[in-house]
Amino acid sequence: MSNVLEVKNIEKYYGNKSNLTKAIDGISFNVGEGEFVGIMGASGSGKTTLLNCISTIDRVTAGKIIINNQDITKLKGNKLNKFRREELGFIFQDFNLLDTLTAYENIALALTIQKVNSHEIDKKVKEIAQKLEISEILNKYPYQISGGQKQRVASARAIITNPKMVLADEPTGALDSKSARQLLETFEHLNQKLGATILMVTHDAFTASYAERIIFIKDGKIFNELVKGEDTRKQFFEKIIEVQTLLGGDLNDVI
Amino acid sequence: MLFKLSFRNMKKSFKDYAIYFLTLVLGVAIFYMFNSIDSQQAMIEVSQSTREMIQLLIQMLGMVSVFIAIVLGFLIVYANNFLINRRKREFGIYMSLGMGRRQISGIILLETILIGILSLAVGLFIGIFASQFMSILVAKLFEADMSEFTFVFSKDACIKTCIYFAVMYIAVIIFNTLTISRYKLINLLTAVKKNEKVKLKNPIISILIFIASSVLLGYAYYLVTGGVYELKTGEQLLKPILMGVIGTVGVFWSLSGFILRLIQTRKSVYLKGTNMFVLRQLNNKINTNIVSMTVICLMLFMTISALSSSLSIQSALDSQLEKFTPVDVNLYKTAYLPESYVSSYSGKTIYNTEEQIEDSKHPVSYTLETNGYDMNNLKDIVEIPIYAIPEWTLKYSLGNYYEKAKSQFSMLTYDTPESVIKISDYNKIAKLYGEEEYSLNDDEYIVLCDFEQMIDLRNEALKQNSNIEINGKTYHAKYKECKDGFVLMSTSNMNAGIILVPDSFEIKEENTEQYFLAANYNAETEEEKIELNNVLAGEVDSELFDNLSEKEINLEGMTKISLTEASKGLSTIIIFIAIYLGIVFLIASSAILALKQLTESSDNKQRYTILRKIGCDEKMINQALFRQIFIFFMMPLTLAIVHSIFGIKFILSMLAALASPDELLPSIIVTAVIIGAIYGLYFLATYFGSKNIIKEEE
Repeated sequence: MSNVLEVKNIEKYYGNKSNLTKAIDGISFNVGEGEFVGIMGASGSGKTTLLNCISTIDRVTAGKIIINNQDITKLKGNKLNKFRREELGFIFQDFNLLDTLTAYENIALALTIQKVNSHEIDKKVKEIAQKLEISEILNKYPYQISGGQKQRVASARAIITNPKMVLADEPTGALDSKSARQLLETFEHLNQKLGATILMVTHDAFTASYAERIIFIKDGKIFNELVKGEDTRKQFFEKIIEVQTLLGGDLNDVI
Repeated sequence: MLFKLSFRNMKKSFKDYAIYFLTLVLGVAIFYMFNSIDSQQAMIEVSQSTREMIQLLIQMLGMVSVFIAIVLGFLIVYANNFLINRRKREFGIYMSLGMGRRQISGIILLETILIGILSLAVGLFIGIFASQFMSILVAKLFEADMSEFTFVFSKDACIKTCIYFAVMYIAVIIFNTLTISRYKLINLLTAVKKNEKVKLKNPIISILIFIASSVLLGYAYYLVTGGVYELKTGEQLLKPILMGVIGTVGVFWSLSGFILRLIQTRKSVYLKGTNMFVLRQLNNKINTNIVSMTVICLMLFMTISALSSSLSIQSALDSQLEKFTPVDVNLYKTAYLPESYVSSYSGKTIYNTEEQIEDSKHPVSYTLETNGYDMNNLKDIVEIPIYAIPEWTLKYSLGNYYEKAKSQFSMLTYDTPESVIKISDYNKIAKLYGEEEYSLNDDEYIVLCDFEQMIDLRNEALKQNSNIEINGKTYHAKYKECKDGFVLMSTSNMNAGIILVPDSFEIKEENTEQYFLAANYNAETEEEKIELNNVLAGEVDSELFDNLSEKEINLEGMTKISLTEASKGLSTIIIFIAIYLGIVFLIASSAILALKQLTESSDNKQRYTILRKIGCDEKMINQALFRQIFIFFMMPLTLAIVHSIFGIKFILSMLAALASPDELLPSIIVTAVIIGAIYGLYFLATYFGSKNIIKEEE
């Protein structure tokens, strides 16, 4: 199994010499093709910074990030945009759907900005909509559909371009538990049936339990790693809770 | 504490306030400039008649200013409303901290007063300096000399500006207080997040409304151009105006939906790059801005029409003046006065003196000589009688065409006798004036006319039946159309009709209506001419006028010099008012568009951030933004240009005597340059401002 993502000893500092914050302090890990990896950590642990660096929105202070054999820390300007557009798909906590566009148009937009032929766009959008069971709501506007549906539209937009990797930032953060479960099942479907590589950042143990492997981060460093392996999700979930307790989480800090 | 908060707010949101402030300052400055003209004349030397013209100009500008104030008032309330809306969240935080509505109103009140005083001060300062240049413009347009440069300050204009703007600011304060009192805390705090519901219109209704609006506009266009002769009163003009407004609203209501549907069916265009996004943005924006788009469109329409037609009238006046003032002076008086007549003003019977009656039996030169005027002052003298035959009225000339003419031009008096001149007399005048001379057979006549609408009317009549029976003889028109020519000098083509008859035409001496004299001054230099002119124009005391007024003899006249002054005055008044209105409308509409776009850009920031997140590069984003703003700016302008084409046509047909379409092109170019400069500047400022707003903060 080849690696889609290789993170090599990256560091990210904020501030100046007198007041330095190490948001990421020497993190290294790999994500293989077709993997579903979760990144967990409390707020302030550096997980969002990590995701931002991987998604090329932010730049690392030191280290390398290699996606699909390309060192993205060396890319600049329009090449970076092109890379982001063609190799990555994004799913955000607050959906980031354009409210003026219908679901169909939101999904199609990811393709139109890649200058894909219009006939192909129509076909692809309908295809993906069927797979994610959102065919009925394609002509509706974001304000007309539920949060879960919005996130599924966002997921469709993220994977319609066949990205090397889908980056999801707290995808269930704004959803109720039922919608969250549905969405995660969608993710599983994307991962297992469509072979999408997913890197998901979350602080929620239940959400994380859908991943195959979880990397725990604390204070900018990798704290632990859990692999689901042959476990059921329930067992995996319990293990996650254990690690979270070990992590100390918020309770220890309170004491 | 509140004062501190207001002051800090202003400093903090200075960028937001910039356009508001700028518009206020410009408004104040222009208002002051155009109201300070009375003091401008202090530094220029002008003749009495020009001074009267300037007085008239000041009066007209004063009236226009009231209207301008209303426009500016609306603009200011509108701009202010946008600022308040942008700060909803801030007010929400104040409220959640326990501040009452009254205190928030207090903050806004203070802010309004602060910015009001500041803008008034800056605006007046700019206005006072800019008005110094106005003097130069006034002097140039009236062709007056600048005697010496004095720094003028108009106290009246200053006080007037302060009062008008104070009233506007009070309106703003009332409006703000009302707005604040309607706010709910929850709405204020979530104001930023709240997504506008996308109002989607039924495409079929959109198309129907679009067609209906187009038809309505088309009919309104027809009414003011093809059917312009049907319009007789101001009230009838309301109909096309109302239709135009409704049609404009309808177009903006339906246009974006209509275009969106049209392009959506063309997938290859719709699903290309950011087209989809731009179209949706526009659709959303225009749908929520129908009223302001309409207002902007109509204001631009007025600007374009006012500027281009006024400039064309001015250039037409200037070029016509030369043609219509071929000699230095025309003098005329009524011939064969009756012993008594009933005054049309008082209804009383007025008796003419014997002296008056005797004088009226002789030509103009007799009056001049017998009253002590030195005839050596004049040269190239031509004197002719102009006759009026009671039975040969305009009605009689028109013949069968009368009924139709009456229905089209009900305001004409058809019972007045026509002016009749013998051909040899006219040829003497024509020779002096350098106009075409004519010849006639004994049974022919010619109609001379250069007043455009009368030409149309008379030509129709001549084509239908040109035979006239008079004195038991039949005369027929030599030409089946009016010929160009005039006798009395004027500022433009004002000759509504003169009939030339053969010398053999029998006329009784008593049918002489007027004695007419045309001559040049026997002078070499311009100064001498002015001196001679002052006597005949009655601007200085002279033996001639003392005698005439003593005997109550009316001698009327037109002189080249006074006609020139009057013409300059008229064109200057038109130009001043058109520039005044035009600039204010242009500023108003540009400011509204800019404000709309800028405030919406900050709302749109989120959308552009999403675009960026899904991988659009800066080039694509800038392109999308540019297109969006460009189309947003062009929409009202395009419709306004279409409106203007018909508006200008209408104005030209109303002022047929003053402007000719030939002079239109240069003035349209000038107008386009002015509008392109101001509107384009606002557009660019808006684009760069928006670009700045949507730029990612790093």
